[in-house]
Amino acid sequence: METTAVRGRLTWQVATVASVTPETASVVTIELDPPHWPGHRAGQHLDVRLTAEDGYTAEREYSIASAPGEPVAITVERLDDGEVSPYLTGELRAGDELELRGPVGGYFVWEPGEGGPLMLLAGGSGIVPLRSILRHRLRTGSDVPACLLYSSRSWEDVIYRDELGQHGDGVQVSYTLTRGQPAGWTGHAGRIDSVLLAEVAWPAEANPLAYICGPTSFVETAAAGLVGLGYSPERVRTERFGGTGGH
Amino acid sequence: MDAVDGNAIGGLLIDVFGTEMTAASSTCATCGARRPVAELVVYRRSPGTVVRCRTCGSVLMVLVRRTDMTGVDLSGLASLSQPDRPLSRWAGFRTGLHAE
Repeated sequence: METTAVRGRLTWQVATVASVTPETASVVTIELDPPHWPGHRAGQHLDVRLTAEDGYTAEREYSIASAPGEPVAITVERLDDGEVSPYLTGELRAGDELELRGPVGGYFVWEPGEGGPLMLLAGGSGIVPLRSILRHRLRTGSDVPACLLYSSRSWEDVIYRDELGQHGDGVQVSYTLTRGQPAGWTGHAGRIDSVLLAEVAWPAEANPLAYICGPTSFVETAAAGLVGLGYSPERVRTERFGGTGGH
Repeated sequence: MDAVDGNAIGGLLIDVFGTEMTAASSTCATCGARRPVAELVVYRRSPGTVVRCRTCGSVLMVLVRRTDMTGVDLSGLASLSQPDRPLSRWAGFRTGLHAE
């Protein structure tokens, strides 16, 4: 088997699954141990390939959940009509092998030197690359202020809930729940709109750097809303993973 | 299938161009809109991927995978460039070339 990576090429490799950790009822984080990993940037993704016994293959992209320098991990949400995610979330176990290649992407990435303030907008599992960015910020000791607005169907569907609750200095986290709120909920309710963005987001005068990730409809609404508030379109970076997802 | 965006085909574009392309700048040959490849509209239907302009909807790129090669039609692009990085022969190339 060819194992030498050719420069400028993405090479498929077989990683060992180090652990599978549930995040919510339908979401797991999979830590991976690929034999050759050149290191990744916050916000990048990797490609996963499954091959059936009859040779049929399916490829999917998953955002990398861990920060640069941490073991490679992806967080996967089960889509009930999905081809790949039911296997990754329901059947994959520590010690199994998984074919992947990466890291991939040079647009939806953040380095501390790019500054901020950071305006992060997540719809559902769109939180995954933003979590990598927040962890990278923390690990590098960056003092760039960050504001995260996370839209989720319900409180039970919020991924990384404990971790996001522990962010302190310089990170504001707020939630909006679209399909139901627990008793005594003091956060926001309903889908994001221009009113909510105007209330939560950094003012445009601060020249924020925005990252928006989620279902296509969520990203369109969020991006248009920020530009409507006066954000520079060149400083609004987006990643859409399709679908509506109810966010 | 739902549209995604150019981020999703970062790996496929590395297969074709040999380098990261999602941050490259594209210009639509139909309407002249310029934006990063990551912001283009992408439809994936096996075996082909269609990339459209987010402003006017014109087809900018078609990438068709075969067993061990990818056929590429870039005729909807006026330009595709990586202005921030000195790069390879692909930097700033014009359409008319069909990479294979």
